[in-house]
Amino acid sequence: MTERIKIVENILNANDHIALNNTKRLDEKGIYSINLMASPGAGKTSFIITTIQALPQEMRLGVIEGDTASVTIDSDKINSAGMPAVQVNTGGQCHLDAVMVENALDQLPLNDLDLLIIENVGNLICPAAFKLGTHASVLIASTPEGDDKPYKYPNIYRGLDVLIINKIDLLPYLDFNIDYFKQGVEMLNPGLITFEVSSKTGEGIQAWLAWLLEQVENHYAHK
Amino acid sequence: MHELSITENILHIACKHAEQAQAKQVTDIYLVIGQLSSIIDDSVQFYWDIISKESLCEQSKLHFRRIPAELCCLDCTNTYILENDLIPCPACNSTNVKVLRGNEFHLESIDITK
Repeated sequence: MTERIKIVENILNANDHIALNNTKRLDEKGIYSINLMASPGAGKTSFIITTIQALPQEMRLGVIEGDTASVTIDSDKINSAGMPAVQVNTGGQCHLDAVMVENALDQLPLNDLDLLIIENVGNLICPAAFKLGTHASVLIASTPEGDDKPYKYPNIYRGLDVLIINKIDLLPYLDFNIDYFKQGVEMLNPGLITFEVSSKTGEGIQAWLAWLLEQVENHYAHK
Repeated sequence: MHELSITENILHIACKHAEQAQAKQVTDIYLVIGQLSSIIDDSVQFYWDIISKESLCEQSKLHFRRIPAELCCLDCTNTYILENDLIPCPACNSTNVKVLRGNEFHLESIDITK
């Protein structure tokens, strides 16, 4: 005799539950966290290094590095500034999930941090599905990738809090129609906070930094 | 490539509910997957046949109910289904649109024998 059992459970329920716990842990310590996503080659690492270098000295930063390859951030640079970094080996997996972040949090000095940057695996599909428990999801899109990316990968754009358009200095040399690109983004995520930057020339970095610092301060104030 | 993680989650949820119901075996699994969820059915099925071995779900069949991505134009109220890539409203070309469905991603039910 066959019997049907009604379930209706979100397939990633377990992940979402752990993500929620991660958020709680970070909130208790007053740490603001961002999940930084991008396709390979968008300039995630140089963007993080540019951000780190421009942060005020008193800002205590931790980094979870989730690339499948060996450490892509110049860990010497982070360590010399007294900033802890944890490398998460995803074992070839295409994304970070909440459990990997939970384990990485165990290895970080959470009492001594204000800001946590999680560098997700370079990929526009899989990271979109897995919540990590961060306070903001940030995508770096770079101009050489082409202006059709929001149309091809709608899911990742829908869950974003902030969009960084990187390598903006290359616009004169590319057939990147920024209006077309932004139109796609607007359809998926109306009013999305967007910064046009160049990690190479420093253009736009101050505006991004001002936003980030405001979030960190507000978050700490609500600890 | 995240289909393996997804499939492990499906197995976990199905086995949990099957145990609660004191099932002898799970025969069928019904999944509801929105078109925007970027999941490839064949890939999930491939992993499923491997990881469900020696579990209550061994030899069970996966059924995928696909929900198309449906958008609503907020300017002219036209609703339309996405065939492939994202497009503006086909009626008035507005980009002021809202996703109505296509995000679904859940395990709806299972069939068990006792």
